[in-house]
Amino acid sequence: MSKQVKQLDRVIIRFAGDSGDGMQLTGDRFTQESAVFGNDLVTLPNFPAEIRAPQGTLPGVSSFQVHFADHDILTAGDAPDVLVAMNPAALKANLGDLPKGATIIVDTHDFTGRNLIKAGYADNPLDGLGEPGSPLGEFFVHPVDLTGMTVEAVKEFGLSRKDAARAKNMFALGLLSWMYGRPIESTITFLEKRFAKVADIRDANITAFKAGWNFGETTETFVVSYEIKPAPMSAGTYRNITGNLALSYGLVAAGVQSGLPVFLGSYPITPASDILHELSKHKAFGVTTLQAEDEIAGVGAAIGASFAGSLGVTTTSGPGIALKSEAIGLAVMTELPLLVIDVQRGGPSTGLPTKTEQADLLQAMFGRNGEAPVPIVAPQSPGDCFSAALEAARIAITYRTPVMLLSDGYLANGSEPWRIPELADLPVIDPNFATERNKTVVAKDGTETEEYWPYLRDEETLARPWAIPGTPGLEHRIGGLEKGEGHGNISYDPANHDFMVRTRQAKVDRIADSLPPLVVDDPSGEANVLVLGWGSTYGPIGAGCRRVRKAGYHVAQVHLRHLNPFPKDLGEILSRYDKVLVPEMNLGQLSLLIRGKYLVDAIGYNQVNGMPIKAAELAEAIGNLVAEAEGVTVDLTPDPIAEEASK
Amino acid sequence: MSTTEKLPFPGLRSGVELVPTNDQPQTGKEYTSDQEVRWCPGCGDYAVLKAVQGFLPELGLRRENIVFVSGIGCSSRFPYYLDTYGMHSIHGRAPSIATGIATAREDLSVWVVTGDGDALSIGGNHLIHALRRNVNMTILLFNNRIYGLTKGQYSPTSEAGKITKSTPMGSLDHPFNPVSLALGAEGSFVARTIDSDRKHLTAVLSAAAAHRGTSFVEIYQNCPIFNDGAFDAIKNNDTKADAIIPLVHGEPIRFGVEGSKGLIRDSETGGVKVVEVADVGPDAILVHNAYNPDPTTAFAISRLTDSGYLNQSPIGIFRQVERPTYDDGARAQIATARDAAPGEPIDRLAALIGGGDTWTVV
Repeated sequence: MSKQVKQLDRVIIRFAGDSGDGMQLTGDRFTQESAVFGNDLVTLPNFPAEIRAPQGTLPGVSSFQVHFADHDILTAGDAPDVLVAMNPAALKANLGDLPKGATIIVDTHDFTGRNLIKAGYADNPLDGLGEPGSPLGEFFVHPVDLTGMTVEAVKEFGLSRKDAARAKNMFALGLLSWMYGRPIESTITFLEKRFAKVADIRDANITAFKAGWNFGETTETFVVSYEIKPAPMSAGTYRNITGNLALSYGLVAAGVQSGLPVFLGSYPITPASDILHELSKHKAFGVTTLQAEDEIAGVGAAIGASFAGSLGVTTTSGPGIALKSEAIGLAVMTELPLLVIDVQRGGPSTGLPTKTEQADLLQAMFGRNGEAPVPIVAPQSPGDCFSAALEAARIAITYRTPVMLLSDGYLANGSEPWRIPELADLPVIDPNFATERNKTVVAKDGTETEEYWPYLRDEETLARPWAIPGTPGLEHRIGGLEKGEGHGNISYDPANHDFMVRTRQAKVDRIADSLPPLVVDDPSGEANVLVLGWGSTYGPIGAGCRRVRKAGYHVAQVHLRHLNPFPKDLGEILSRYDKVLVPEMNLGQLSLLIRGKYLVDAIGYNQVNGMPIKAAELAEAIGNLVAEAEGVTVDLTPDPIAEEASK
Repeated sequence: MSTTEKLPFPGLRSGVELVPTNDQPQTGKEYTSDQEVRWCPGCGDYAVLKAVQGFLPELGLRRENIVFVSGIGCSSRFPYYLDTYGMHSIHGRAPSIATGIATAREDLSVWVVTGDGDALSIGGNHLIHALRRNVNMTILLFNNRIYGLTKGQYSPTSEAGKITKSTPMGSLDHPFNPVSLALGAEGSFVARTIDSDRKHLTAVLSAAAAHRGTSFVEIYQNCPIFNDGAFDAIKNNDTKADAIIPLVHGEPIRFGVEGSKGLIRDSETGGVKVVEVADVGPDAILVHNAYNPDPTTAFAISRLTDSGYLNQSPIGIFRQVERPTYDDGARAQIATARDAAPGEPIDRLAALIGGGDTWTVV
């Protein structure tokens, strides 16, 4: 039977199953295959906080969405074109996200009485498919006994039925790989490695994977396969990378580029733990990882290591930042380099551990006692976490200050193709340790002595010298009590405190001198509306702006890497636009800062549902604002002429 | 004088073995910073400071390779008065900061100065985990059994029923015994000494510095303002013979006037008890073995400390055993990983970030 091949420019697939069904692995492998094939892609893993929620229930559903395309894309997609549902709960939990006409591939094996009840189905939704009144009537449904065929395919390996059935995710992966013309070699190599020590499991998984592929090729259930051509990308070598991995590599690179040993003090917390796991593998780079007894000890050890001449790093999520606040204040006062990585998750309190949010911005900005300014940087995409980590290290080391890096759950676990940077392009960071006494003190009798003054500042950066133990003649004491300017001895002098408070703020403000001008994306130069964002909303904002432009309207976009201090040209840029829209996954934290600093009537677009903002919905909001600003009616239906022009 | 030679047992390495030494004679004055000492008149902290300033030169280390870290409290001002590297940090966290310093650098002699509130109340977690990990550092816990800097509230070592500003009807908390706690956390070096006994204090500090791993030294220290007389029984010449149970490795544990009392095992409780030597004969008296890998007997001895007003307490080194240290282990893992990965870091970085499944666009 010859099968039809259809060309598509992009597809969004969501794999959904029970927490134990291996959906994250399935999605990850499909992503790797797509990456190697050369598609642009963005992924969105979505899983419950429970390791194994009760089997077959709605809370136990884990999913992985991958959006891949023959062109440059920015988000994991608003709505899946294809849903692979491994059980009734997975179908039910995800059905609401599907647009009319979506394809559903469903494993019929678990659509039995008990499982249907667990998922809350009174009747089997697969009954009466194709007949009027079917609850799935709006979709193209392919009921396939994936589990049954998997068990049959791997019979020869003599596995228990349970173990055999576990390979069903690979059968599904094989089927989807066929359907979208994915190269399968990398998955076979992966399975060979992953299960190298258990031959029968290895062989069963590979066999199931191939059987899934062959099933697609031969069955009459699927008559069409699809081709999504590689996306044009700028020249270079690429790999697919998640935010947490890119961030870890960025920290390793910061150590190499500064010549400092990296010291991570950390306490496990979702969704930041993977950074601890990853860095613990890189001891050959001189990276020390200390799994501390608590969040406070993690940052404490990092501060100690920084005092001793390492690049101290602590990684956590929002609740951990709350615990570390006092220690971060100590690093502000002692003016030691320190990287504080906050992989934000839904809050407050324990909140939504596995879901994403951007609601720690104000905590990063203000969450300490006293006037305790801390520079803040934020990556905008998974791959960007690499350079954000290097930038945070540059600021921390150059300015002798703790720096907050705000990633989030979406960046941490999401992935995208990442052009591997040339090492020659990476910044070189000079720790510039103090080695000499820096102050000549003249006594009353005129005798001069050389002293080391730990708070005698660099005139340009206002950074204090960093003298590490072992340096003779520079013995000194620092601490959390207020320091006298210059000599650094304890000082309760009112004027000195006022001066030091202002100086610490001025030092952080000076960082703005080292920042490049902002990039304003305003292709027509005629926009009245500016969309300002930070962090992981870069993708949805970019995609939303594209939709607006494709419909023939003007909109500008600026995305902030630096949240404290703001780049020097931000105020001037804001003043150029009539309306400023600030989309955030919080209730308006950047808006508050922008309003406070620039007296600009920033308008919030706020969503805190634990999921990335949807580009289509955001585009509507942008469109409404464009309509208001320009006094026109906005219809976001793509305009072919504008679409051509916007390319 | 080299502390390595003073190691009383065939040890792994001295606590200061990797710290650069100074071949020039040093004086206490060199270790004295230019900062005015601001403890209350009569505070026991002065005596400890003097003893430390006098003792540090004897270590023969390079001054720049010594780091003192403290938390918050009266005693935590200590680092400001010593001309070494130092950090006066935040409440209770000194052990965690010192853990970072000691793990990052093998060439430093790291000291923590803390008090009963700092170490046992707000920082209790860090203390037990430092002891568990056995990071190479020396923790000096100044125990005055009261909160001084916050002006006189009861502390986690105050006797139950203590009337203070925050407990006008008497405190309800049962106190910690710091030595029992440290032994429970499997501290590898656990000792107790007294601020006013400079000779004993110095001897214990020497042994603590020489020990590789976390050395825990509880120092009974009098607060003349808020808890004066808390240790009178062991300081008063008339009573101290009966109050101090001296622990000396290899010697029978005897005390009292002319050693009339001693310790024997108590078959009833499984612990130890005080007896008249005349009643049991000198051979029955327990011989102190600080090097016993099993902490059970040391713990039993630690229980002889009064939890109420202090009329009796064992003083000396309870436990001194070898155990791998966290920081040495962490550095060894790095060395092993480095040996297995030859080449320049920059090349290895290129290989790392360029690894995995890659594809090239031309």
